[in-house]
Amino acid sequence: MPSAAHKRTRVAKSRVGLGLRIRRNWQLYAMLALPLIWLAIFAYWPMYGVIIAFKDYNVVSGIWGSPWAGMKYFERFVESYQFWRLIKNTVYLHVYELVATFPLPIILALCLNTVRKKWFSRTTQLITYAPHFISTVVVVGLLVVLTSPNTGVTNKLIGLFGFGPTDVMGDSGMFRHLYVWSGAWQTMGFAAIIYLAALTSVPPELHEAAIVDGASRLRRMWHIDLPAIVPVAVILLILDIGRILSVGFEKVLLMQNSLNLDVAEVIDTYVYKIGLASSVPQFSYATAIGLFRSVIGLVLLVLANTFARRFAKSSLW
Amino acid sequence: MSAAGGTLPPDERRLGAGAAIQDTKSDKIALACIYTALGLFCLAVLYPIVYVLSASVSNTKRVSAGEVWLWPVGFTLDAYRAILDYKSIVSGFGNSVFYAVAGAVVATILTLLAAYPLSRKGLPGKGIIMAAFVFTMMFSGGLIPTYLVVHDLGLLNTRWAMILPTALAVWNVIITRTYFMVTIPEELVEAGKVDGCSDFGFFWRVVLPLSKPIIAVNLLFYAVGSWNSFFNALIYLTNEHLFPLQVILRQILLQTKVDPSQMADTSKLAQMQELQQQLKYSLIVIGMIPPLLVYPFVQKHFVKGAMVGSLKG
Repeated sequence: MPSAAHKRTRVAKSRVGLGLRIRRNWQLYAMLALPLIWLAIFAYWPMYGVIIAFKDYNVVSGIWGSPWAGMKYFERFVESYQFWRLIKNTVYLHVYELVATFPLPIILALCLNTVRKKWFSRTTQLITYAPHFISTVVVVGLLVVLTSPNTGVTNKLIGLFGFGPTDVMGDSGMFRHLYVWSGAWQTMGFAAIIYLAALTSVPPELHEAAIVDGASRLRRMWHIDLPAIVPVAVILLILDIGRILSVGFEKVLLMQNSLNLDVAEVIDTYVYKIGLASSVPQFSYATAIGLFRSVIGLVLLVLANTFARRFAKSSLW
Repeated sequence: MSAAGGTLPPDERRLGAGAAIQDTKSDKIALACIYTALGLFCLAVLYPIVYVLSASVSNTKRVSAGEVWLWPVGFTLDAYRAILDYKSIVSGFGNSVFYAVAGAVVATILTLLAAYPLSRKGLPGKGIIMAAFVFTMMFSGGLIPTYLVVHDLGLLNTRWAMILPTALAVWNVIITRTYFMVTIPEELVEAGKVDGCSDFGFFWRVVLPLSKPIIAVNLLFYAVGSWNSFFNALIYLTNEHLFPLQVILRQILLQTKVDPSQMADTSKLAQMQELQQQLKYSLIVIGMIPPLLVYPFVQKHFVKGAMVGSLKG
């Protein structure tokens, strides 16, 4: 989109020496200083700290002074009886969430886009955004009080149909459903924003032409609106695939109880438990498991991106 | 007929082209279904919220008996009075307000400082710096190494631990940067230079006044994020006086821990146990209301922000 004038200034600029350009912009670099210091300390220092996954870390010797341990901790994790259980729980939960909830905001956005009464569309958006601003603790709290076997409203409701009260939160068979659908309740409205934004780029002429050709409303949604959303959806899908081993950790941790732990223990909660919550913290082992997860996430992200670039013609980079 | 769409005001065209054209029967049915589905979804979103609000101001026994379905039964504010007597809830509320306000201010300043230079054309090294930011979205040191950094800096059990480690969200930097690229044209920057304006001066006098919407969005997102977060407090804080509200909520709502020593007046303990269930409803309300009161005011801006962001996102 750069105009001819822009191009000319850019060409002119590149003729000026690099050193001079850096000096001229020193104030911009000065502005960047604080954020970069933050980035170095809180993002890249921990990345350096990851090497404790290859060491027998102890607090006294510090990161560098601790003895090397090689791949010991990775081998221990892969061979441990927890390994397949954790992988299965994590992947299962994430894939279920992805398949069940990924299409929902798209459908919501398509519907909202079709609504012609502005007040209706605005009110619906206002209401459906609300759960996004509610904390995970409160959402899980809501689940607990609403489904409580003694006082919860859901048990009163099924009681009307003659079913006895059940403790859904303590039922390991229900854990995944509760997790996924309460997540849909919470995120669906807000997630639709980005699709609604993509829909504003659809030129009205397309719809006019389609109407003249006698296309029905549903057909226009399918053939005009949906294709406008696809590139955005592909990018979000790639990002989601990269996160396949890192499910909504806070929420899983909050929903865990002694009764559902067999399905509710995922990689991240396990890392937290052996690394920080245990009385004998195993820093190196926990870091190794976390690193294992991050690397697989990164690899999946790159693979998904390559795949998307080849077949869907849209990608992150 | 094809001209019909063209004569409509732009808004009408955007929302549904050809509004002037009569809907066919099947279109009417489809529309009716869409309206109904959206309406039902709104009800599904609202119901738990309204129910908890009602239950929190209803008579305890009648809530337990299942008499409350939508509106309060036997109106009482006992549960809220009990909350005021519980010291850690009051101090948690105060702490959360502090973390949210201080955290949002620090984070927004950092975000603006990062986003503006990165929005400028032809800044040497811009690509590398941007890549350094974006890479952290895809890969991170993980829980333990981050904890060790906070530990080594001596931030454990300080208020800083609630503000600094999460002070910058790369996603916000990207959205803010895109906002600057779209709203601050290069011509304006050049004009500023011709008038002898330094980069600092231009940022302060021209960019910031033009960026109120994106500043509001950043403040809102960071404040809400801080208000709602509990995990940082869980791992970085052990001093109860520093606990934010969410940690207290977790103790009472999910771990059902009620600590008698937190009661201002122990004679109320019996009453407290009776109110336990009630207390849960009112606590949920207390934890959920502040963000819900704020977001509608900023909604217009973040929707616009997402639109701008998605242009180049």
